[in-house]
Amino acid sequence: MPNSRIIPRWLVAVVTGGALLAGAVQAQAKPPECIAPAKPGGGYDLTCRLAANGLQEAKLIDEPMMVSYMPGGIGAVAYNHVTGVRDDDPNLIVAASTGAALNLALGKFGIKHKVDDVRWLGALGVDYGAVVVRKDAPWNNLDELMKAMKKDPSSVVIGAGGTIGSQDWMKAALMAKADDVDPRKLRYVSFEGGGEALAALLGEHIQVFTGDLAELKPQLDSGEIRILAALSEERMGGPYADIPTAKEQGYDVEWPIWRGYYMGPNVSDEAYQQWADRLRELNETESFKKLREGRGLFPMSKFGDDFHQYVKQQVSDFETLAKEVGLTQ
Amino acid sequence: MFDFLIQGFGVALTPLNLGLAFLGALLGTLFGALPGIGPINGIAILMPLAYTLGLPAESALILLAGIYTGSEYGGRMSSILLNVPGDAGAVMTTLDGHPLAKKGLAGPALGLSAVSSFIGATVAIVGLTLFAPLLAVVAVKFGPAEFFALMIFAFASMSAMMGKDPIKTLIGAVLGVLISTVGVDSGTGVLRFTFDMPELYDGIDFVVMIIGLFAVSEILLMLEHAFRHDQDGEMAPIGRVMVKMSEVMYCKWAILRSSVIGFVIGVLPGTGASVASAVAYTTEKRISDRDNTFGTGDMRGLAAPEAANNASAAGSFVPMLTLGIPGSGTTAILLGALMLYNINPGPMMFREQPVVVGGLIASLYIGNVMLLLLNLPLAGVFARVLQVPRWILVPSVAILAFVGVYQLHSDLMAIYLMLAIGVFGYVLRKFGFSLAPVVLGFVLGGLMEENLRRALSISGGDVAILFQSGLSIGLWIAAALVVLVPMFAGKLKAKFLPAKVS
Repeated sequence: MPNSRIIPRWLVAVVTGGALLAGAVQAQAKPPECIAPAKPGGGYDLTCRLAANGLQEAKLIDEPMMVSYMPGGIGAVAYNHVTGVRDDDPNLIVAASTGAALNLALGKFGIKHKVDDVRWLGALGVDYGAVVVRKDAPWNNLDELMKAMKKDPSSVVIGAGGTIGSQDWMKAALMAKADDVDPRKLRYVSFEGGGEALAALLGEHIQVFTGDLAELKPQLDSGEIRILAALSEERMGGPYADIPTAKEQGYDVEWPIWRGYYMGPNVSDEAYQQWADRLRELNETESFKKLREGRGLFPMSKFGDDFHQYVKQQVSDFETLAKEVGLTQ
Repeated sequence: MFDFLIQGFGVALTPLNLGLAFLGALLGTLFGALPGIGPINGIAILMPLAYTLGLPAESALILLAGIYTGSEYGGRMSSILLNVPGDAGAVMTTLDGHPLAKKGLAGPALGLSAVSSFIGATVAIVGLTLFAPLLAVVAVKFGPAEFFALMIFAFASMSAMMGKDPIKTLIGAVLGVLISTVGVDSGTGVLRFTFDMPELYDGIDFVVMIIGLFAVSEILLMLEHAFRHDQDGEMAPIGRVMVKMSEVMYCKWAILRSSVIGFVIGVLPGTGASVASAVAYTTEKRISDRDNTFGTGDMRGLAAPEAANNASAAGSFVPMLTLGIPGSGTTAILLGALMLYNINPGPMMFREQPVVVGGLIASLYIGNVMLLLLNLPLAGVFARVLQVPRWILVPSVAILAFVGVYQLHSDLMAIYLMLAIGVFGYVLRKFGFSLAPVVLGFVLGGLMEENLRRALSISGGDVAILFQSGLSIGLWIAAALVVLVPMFAGKLKAKFLPAKVS
C-alpha cells in the first residue's frame, strides 16, 4: 500500500488500537456463543458446556459453540450486558438457573431489571434441594430434625454454600416456615460454595447441610452422609429411590434448581423459536440423555414461551416468599 | 496398597500421556509466566479443547494437572525478572527474587527457584501418595475457628516483615483488608462499598488487584523516570546463569520447611498457593533471617515461597481426590473438568477410578521431573529477557495481562478498575510503601473475616469457640510466640551484647 507512508505512524497505532478495542468490545462472533455469568469452572460454566457439548454431539449446530465468561454481580453484569448491549444477538444464549430467578425477585439485579427484560429460552435439566446430615447424626428422619428445630431453633447448626437470601438459605428458611419456625431464628452459616459446606459437615462443624441432591451422589455412595429429604415433587428414581421427599414426610417444601438459558430482549421471534426448537430436539436425543444423567441432572422439558411463563411465575412466587420469610418488606 | 500407583505409572508412561504431560508442563510454565493468565484461565481455555479432541478422562486430567503444576513453576519468572507476580502464588517471590535480578543474579535466581519448586512439589506428591486418605480426615477437622486462628497466625508472622518501617507495613496491610471488604457480604448477602455497580458485587478480582498494583504502577514509575530522564531501576549486567550447588545447600532447610508448610496449607480446603507462600516466607524470615537480609535479595527468601507454592498445588489434590472437595480455586475447575467426563470425584474415587487417580498421581511425579529439566536450562534463556529494555518489556507484559483479564471478564470495567488500582499502587510506592503487605492484607483479611463470622454463627456469638480445639489453641500460641519472642530476644540482646563488647 503506497499510501501507508503518508499516514502518520501514530495514527496507525491509534487506529489499530481502536480497532482492536472495538473488536474486543463487539466480539460479534458468528459462531453460537454461550455466556457463563461467572468465573470459569462454576455451575454456570457447566451449564454452558452442557448446551455446547450436547448440541455439537447431536450435530444441531454447524460450528462449535463458544463459551465466554462474564463474572460479576452474581449474574447481574451479564444480565445488564444482554439487556443493554447485545440485546438482539441471535447467536447468543446466557446460562441461568433458579438462583437467577431468585436474585431477580430480590431485586439484586438492580431494581430496574425485571424478569420480562430478557427472553427465557428453556431448561435442559433440573436438580433438587436436599436436607443432608452426617451418617452418625442423631436424627433418623426429617420429622425428628424438624421437632428438634421447633423446640429450639438455635440448637441446630445449618450450613450451606450461599449467603442469607441465597437459594441454599431459602431451602432452610422454607423448611422452617413449613413448621412455623421463624427463619430469622435459624442458626445458619454461609460458606463459599457447596464444597466448603460439605467439608464443614464432614468435619462436624455444622450439623445440617442444605445442598443439592445429585451433586451429593459420591458422598452418598460412600455412606458418609445421609439425606433426610429430597425437596422434589415426587421421589427420584435410581440411586435416590430410597430417599423420601419432604412432602411425603409432612413438610410441603419443594426446591427445584433448573439449569437453563435466556436470550436478549430484542432477538427476533424467528431466532428465538429456532433456539427453542434446537434445545427441544436436543432434549430428546439418546446421547444427550446420557450426558445429562452423567452431569447429575434430572429431565425437565420446558422450552420457549412455556419456559418464559414458568420463570415469570417462579419470580413472582419468590417475591411473595421473600416477604414471608422476612427478606424484603 | 500401592497397586493404583503401579497401574498409574502404566497409564502415565504411554506415549500419548507422556506427551500430554510434557505439553501441560510447557503450556503451564508459559501461562504461569504471563501475568493475567494463571492456572485457572489456562485450564479453562484448554478444558473444552481436551474434551473436543476426545481425549480419555485420565489423559485430559494429566494435561490439565500439568498446566496447574507448571504454572506454579512459571509464576516465578516475571516475579523475579520484572517485579510483577505471574500469578497469585508468586507475590512473595518478588520480595527477594527481583532484588537478586537487580544484582545481576537473575540466572541463579531462576535456577534456584526451579530447584526449590521441584523439591516442594516432590515432598508434596510423596505426601499425597502416602497419606492422602488420612490427611483428608484431618483436613475437614480444620473448621472456621481453626481457619481464623491460622489467619491470626499469618498476620502475626507478617510482623516479621515490618522491617525498617513498621507503621507503613501496618498501614499497607490495613489498606489491603479494607479493599477485601468490597462486594456482597459473604454472611448476610448485604452489598458493601459497591456504589450500585454490579461489577463490584463479587468484590475485587485477585488478578485485577495484582496486575494493577504491580504492573500498572511499574509502568507509571517508568513514565515518571522517562520524563525526568534519569536512569531507572539500574540493572547490573547479567552475570553467571547457573545456580551453584552450594547455593542450593545454603537454602536446604528453608526449602524443606517451606515444602511442609506449603503442603499442609494446600491440603486445607479453601486456601491455596497465595496463603501458603505468604506463611512460608514470613515463617522463614522469623526463623532464619538473622542479619535482616530478607527483602534485599536473600536466596532463602526466594526459595521459601517457591517451594511452598508448588507444594500447596500438589497438596490441594488431597481433598479433591479423597473427598470430592476442591482444595483450591484451580482444583475446583479440575473437578468441573472431571464432571464433563461423568466422573464424580469423591470418597469412592480411589476404588472406582484407579486408572484416573493412579494415572494422575503418577503423572505428577513425571511432570515434576519434566518441569525441572525444562526450567533449569531455560533459566539462562529467560534471564536474557532482561537484555530487552524495560520500557519494551514491562508494557508488553502489561498488554498481555490486559488481554488476559479482559478475556476472563468480557467487561471493560475490570480494565478501568485495574488502571485505578495501578494509580493507587503508584501513589503507595511513591510514599515508600511495600506492596506485599497490601496484597497479603487483601488475601488474608477476606479469609479472616469470613471465617470469624462463620465461627461465631456456629457458636451463636460465643467467642469461646475460637479457643476450643487443640489445633486452634496451638495456632494462637504460635501467633503469640512469633510476636513476643523477637521482642524479648531484642531486649535480651540489648542487655547482654553490649556487656560482651565492652
